[in-house]
Amino acid sequence: MSAEMTYRPPVISGHERPMVPALARIIDRTVETSNTATYQLELCDPGLAAKFRFRPGQFNMVYAFGVGEAAISICSDPGDCTKFSHTIRHVGSVTFAISRLSPGDCVGVRGPFGSSWPLSACRGRDVLLVAGGIGIAPLRPMIYELLRHRDLYGRLMLLYGVRSPRDMLYREEVEGWMRRRDFQVLTTVDYPDADWSGPVGVVTNLMRRVRVDAARTSVFVCGPRIMNRAAAHSFLAHHVPQEHIFVSLERNMRCGIGQCGHCQYGPKFVCKDGPVFSYASIQHQFSKEEI
Amino acid sequence: MPVDGQAKLAVYKFSSCDGCQLSILDLEDELLALAERVKIAYFLEARRHVDPGPYDVGLVEGSISTPEEAERIIDVRRECKFLVTIGACATSGGIQALRNWADVEEYKRTVYAHPDYIRSLDTATPVAAHVLVDFELRGCPVNKYQLLEVLGAYLTGRRPQIPTYSVCMECKRSGNVCVMVAHGTPCLGPITQAGCGALCPSYHRGCYACFGPSDSAGPRSLCRFFMERGLARPDIVRMLRGFNGYLEPFKQTSDEYESDHIRYG
Amino acid sequence: MVGNLYIIEKARLDDLIRLLREDGCRVVGPTIRDGAIVFDEIASAEQLPRGWTDVQEAGHYRLERRTDDAYFGYVVGPYSCKRYLFPPRQRLFSITRNGRPLSGFDVDVTSASPPRIAFLGVRACDLAALEIQDRVFNAEYADPYYRDVRRSAVLIAVNCSEPGGTCFCSSMQTGPRCTRLFDLALTELPAAFAAEAGTERGRALLERLSPQPADRNVQHLVELMLESAAEHMGRALDTRELPEILLQNPEHPHWNRVAERCLACANCTLSCPTCFCSNVEDSTDLGGSRAERWRSWGSCFTLEFSYHTGGFSRSSVRARYRQWLTHKLAGWHEQFGMSGCVGCGRCITWCPVGIDVTKEATTIADDVRRADVAERGARERSR
Repeated sequence: MSAEMTYRPPVISGHERPMVPALARIIDRTVETSNTATYQLELCDPGLAAKFRFRPGQFNMVYAFGVGEAAISICSDPGDCTKFSHTIRHVGSVTFAISRLSPGDCVGVRGPFGSSWPLSACRGRDVLLVAGGIGIAPLRPMIYELLRHRDLYGRLMLLYGVRSPRDMLYREEVEGWMRRRDFQVLTTVDYPDADWSGPVGVVTNLMRRVRVDAARTSVFVCGPRIMNRAAAHSFLAHHVPQEHIFVSLERNMRCGIGQCGHCQYGPKFVCKDGPVFSYASIQHQFSKEEI
Repeated sequence: MPVDGQAKLAVYKFSSCDGCQLSILDLEDELLALAERVKIAYFLEARRHVDPGPYDVGLVEGSISTPEEAERIIDVRRECKFLVTIGACATSGGIQALRNWADVEEYKRTVYAHPDYIRSLDTATPVAAHVLVDFELRGCPVNKYQLLEVLGAYLTGRRPQIPTYSVCMECKRSGNVCVMVAHGTPCLGPITQAGCGALCPSYHRGCYACFGPSDSAGPRSLCRFFMERGLARPDIVRMLRGFNGYLEPFKQTSDEYESDHIRYG
Repeated sequence: MVGNLYIIEKARLDDLIRLLREDGCRVVGPTIRDGAIVFDEIASAEQLPRGWTDVQEAGHYRLERRTDDAYFGYVVGPYSCKRYLFPPRQRLFSITRNGRPLSGFDVDVTSASPPRIAFLGVRACDLAALEIQDRVFNAEYADPYYRDVRRSAVLIAVNCSEPGGTCFCSSMQTGPRCTRLFDLALTELPAAFAAEAGTERGRALLERLSPQPADRNVQHLVELMLESAAEHMGRALDTRELPEILLQNPEHPHWNRVAERCLACANCTLSCPTCFCSNVEDSTDLGGSRAERWRSWGSCFTLEFSYHTGGFSRSSVRARYRQWLTHKLAGWHEQFGMSGCVGCGRCITWCPVGIDVTKEATTIADDVRRADVAERGARERSR
């Protein structure tokens, strides 16, 4: 694991206790899809807000009053940490409670937690990002970083798959990326609508449409478990080295600090050893069931 | 669900002893706070006045044991947005479900002077066997704080925190000495759902499974251990067929121990 | 004086308890309750289980009278110091809405100031367990309560000269002798205690108990007793290559056989002095204006433990037993640089159906080792 993956900005919490959330105000709310919205937050305590930093791929524990907490990746630009954003799909009771909030309302935040995408490890290399559904969210801060220092990297590619065209997140932004000459962006959907003219099928099918130079490509994968597996195995089959395939895992993080034990994945704590792992570091458990 | 404002609550009784309804009235310290958030619209055990439905939340006590009840539960389901069954009778059929293994006609003839006045079904079954139930709260009787938690969670819009793990979790957290390991007392705690606060083991008795099987209950292994420690098969059948005997996997294991064909591996 | 062996009279034990209490400590020591020797607050040596012992086997614990009147003639009870440092249920904070709903909230983390505890009669396995829990709760993100209790705790340890039926600390290299972390370590001899101070605090305590330097005979006797204890463990576990074997064999058929017996009741994890998993629960009052967060002992044996939005990561009991054993004996090494098992035997004794961690791990490890040998043999022959 690179030093960069293990570097951690300080964890911000309430009362300097890691399990106590700090108050954050919703500044802005953007509806992304029928069940997903992006919330821009700002820590209410200016002292904490000034200290808050995060690395691409890290997550916060977001608290809805009385309902509970959910681990949610930070999806905004790490270049500006005074405000930060979370794209939240309203599927559980915590995220459903958040869906009822409006700008001006408050949530609790602890974080950032976990490892980050190792940007320095892919300097001078081609970078291939594979995102499925809401898996684009934790990759977005990395895309901002890559584009900000575009000349440091070789070819830059994003393969992004969603269920249907309506489920595409950050649509205008993705379209903006597509127009760039230095960023190859391919999207696919499982269920096309009448207006969709792009590829149809799972995101791994898109791999046939890009040229992957296995020796000089770093791969970053984030999506549903089944997609992570298919993508990782397919890159391994293309001889991309294990150390250059990185996957962000979703698990039931509860404390964020490796104390509650819930998110254990083999010998790893996903909350503090992950969520970003190199394939090499989790190869023993990656394809096993019920780990 | 009503995040602000009052929810209309209905409490229904089917075949039961009323003990679970009483646990609502037992909420002495919390009743005022409850009344602020909830309008008790239908609760014959507590008041004769009835506000007409539909209701936001319906609490159902008792099993479905008569033809009339089997019809009435369908109306109850229709008039409640969120239906919660409370107690062993409503969630498992209760102690009266023991008749599911017996001849009800014979019982009637034995007990009643005029058995032809009695109209009952051959079985006593849980409410969920008849209509869709939104939440099942176990216990004989229910734990009043768990009941409050279900209502509070509904009003806040979160998942109720009603653990489905074993009684041992509560027993060990309370610091009890295990009655089975240290005293040799047969105890159903390891396969019974928590909720009572390990009441019986706290008083040096084995657990009677008032809260029914835990989510991962393995009665076969426990009963094999009981047999090794000298319990007879009829004793094991009786232990499993208590207040929740008609719930799986208690039912199947008790059937196996009753039948002559069981092989003990 | 630190590190040297002294003799103190048995009657000084009561003075020790009194001194600790005078120093403002709650003295937590062994005492008989409900048919077991448990840790509880004690006020005098009278409350110690003098003349009693415990008979422990898989799924079996009984108290018996000893033929002598030893104070510490038993091994370990159902609970360790864990419940005092990492309480079974603890409120982490309460939180109140202020102003209009959801416009903000105030957090209150104040809780009673952590007690100063003197643990009396702590065994080597439990000291090792403390060291392990330190790495969980007192590391990068310290748990404030654990940190405070741990910092002020006085540890009066006792060396084990008579291991119990489910003990295997010598296999785990954690006992029977206390080698670190203690303030004072006692070895019970027929007519006195041999005492060794491990810290300045322990030395100061020992000085107040009229110690006499132990002669070479006493030193030799203590050595002999502890050597003999190490050779008479009720259980044993061969830990050679065990982490690798377990991590590489998640599909071994023996996991299924254990799962047929395992009740997933979680007793093993709750008795274990090192298991640290917890549930974090948020709740509100009925009015919805006040919320609390509680932390309580959790267990990887519960179904809910692996709950996430998409379902359960470990829905089978097989997966849960495998997770526990593999984590304890293998994964722990990667996470904390040591085994998670201290060989105290509690999980064996307090399993309601007597599942034996040493047997289950040995069955798998022996099978894999045999297969490896057979495979090597086959390779040699084919050459």
